[in-house]
Amino acid sequence: MLELQHIGFETDDNKEILHDVSLTVNERFVAVTGPNGGGKSTLAKVIAGIYKPTSGRILFDGQDITNMSITDRANLGISYAFQQPVRFKGLQVKDLLSLAAGKNTSVTEACNYLSEVGLCARDYVDREVNASLSGGELKRIEIAMVLARGSKLSVFDEPEAGIDLWSFQNLIRVFEKMYEQTRGSILIISHQERILNIADKIVVVKNGGIDKIGSRDEILPAILGSADAGSAACSVLADKVEGVRA
Amino acid sequence: MLDAIEKNLLKEVAELDSLPVGAYNIRANGQLDGRHTTANIDIVTKTDKPGIDIYIKPGTKNESVHIPVIISKAGLKDLVYNDFHIGEGADVTIIAGCGIHNCGGDSEHDGIHTFYLAKNAKLRYVEKHYGEGDATSKRVMNPTTIVHLEEGAQMEMETTQIAGIDDTIRKTSGDLAAGASLVVREKIMTTGEQNAVTDFVVDMNGEGSSANIISRSVAKDHSRQEFISRINGNCACAGHSECDAIIMDDACVLASPQLTANSVDASLIHEAAIGKIAGEQLIKLMTLGLTEQQAEEQIVNGFLK
Repeated sequence: MLELQHIGFETDDNKEILHDVSLTVNERFVAVTGPNGGGKSTLAKVIAGIYKPTSGRILFDGQDITNMSITDRANLGISYAFQQPVRFKGLQVKDLLSLAAGKNTSVTEACNYLSEVGLCARDYVDREVNASLSGGELKRIEIAMVLARGSKLSVFDEPEAGIDLWSFQNLIRVFEKMYEQTRGSILIISHQERILNIADKIVVVKNGGIDKIGSRDEILPAILGSADAGSAACSVLADKVEGVRA
Repeated sequence: MLDAIEKNLLKEVAELDSLPVGAYNIRANGQLDGRHTTANIDIVTKTDKPGIDIYIKPGTKNESVHIPVIISKAGLKDLVYNDFHIGEGADVTIIAGCGIHNCGGDSEHDGIHTFYLAKNAKLRYVEKHYGEGDATSKRVMNPTTIVHLEEGAQMEMETTQIAGIDDTIRKTSGDLAAGASLVVREKIMTTGEQNAVTDFVVDMNGEGSSANIISRSVAKDHSRQEFISRINGNCACAGHSECDAIIMDDACVLASPQLTANSVDASLIHEAAIGKIAGEQLIKLMTLGLTEQQAEEQIVNGFLK
């Protein structure tokens, strides 16, 4: 479905963020993990069209989308949930859900999306997506928007950040249900063991390149087990994993 | 009888498809076109100058007055003085508004509205301005609103001017006695070569009075906007003004909020922010499949909603 061929990305001041990243996404769940600053979010933005790669090609269902705009990619079926959701003065939750769904969503439909992400719909449908919402609430609304789109490829950038662990299991169920409905691929950037645990494929991105790639059974033991190997990447991950267990 | 153009203007400014329920006074092209009074609300034509006096009896509840002005003649210059006397303890809504449709000549409407709210009276005042017509004919509106609030009186004023008006100088002034409160919500959008000036002066003279002036505006193309607010706290009172503007294209926005505290117990705040649409807002909506232009429209519509 999605194929990245030798993707490189440099900033305007010639700082190399990604180099020679090749990756295919055909599976149900693909998890991208790795240390902070390794290039994961940049990769997601390159897929969504927010950043144009400085080298390489991107294919989506065999079509070259390397030079396609954000809008055109969205209309082809790529969705992207921001790591830090955007606030809008005046626009309400139901407005954004309607824009995401591409039609006027009824209150019932809007409520369904919101209930999926654990928000009591009645309290939120008419809320403005402004500074009055907490980071966790915004994050859930961001996920609800991707649900409303129901597209072929959904990219989530650290969806768990800001979401309390009490409802964490629900978040995983959201992804599972989403797959059942769309049969599309879901690419999740995450540091959470529980999310890595549902992945069919795990990609470790480090220093702007792919460090490891393979099935969950191949990769997960390696990254969890190498926490004491002195790798900055894995100790960060291990800390987070420990945090969850504690 | 109103023709199709006039009926459309009426719908735009007063959201009326037919004659309203309750008291009303419709002024079309400088003439009285219809009037209805109720047991509690009287409307009387002034004899010394153009305009009307509206008397609302003390204790009147849940009634409304519509006073739309429509101008469909090019070249007409209309000036009115409307005085509103709201009796003690009344709780009413007044819906004013002006619509101009002109082709082949400039048209102007200047409305001077003075409100006298007696003790504990409560008023919601809605005012909408709308203009349409050919590009060469100017549409000018200069509304002046003067508000006198007695003890414990509360007034909420909502004004909207979304494009269509070429030139406007809007002046609003108020004086507040003890415990009185004034809330103003203003929405303005200017396009093309339009010019809009909005000027507020509020004197809080009574203990515990409060004023809240909130302005949201969008300036597009080559238009120019000026927001001036002067809030004077003369006693223990609370004043807040907020000017939030989106600037686009080659527009210009000037915000000059001013606060004067004449008492140590006056608590006054002003906020002013002018900026273009945030890039990340556009990007977010584009990832939902909107073009950049559609995203911009959604953001502007939401901001002014």
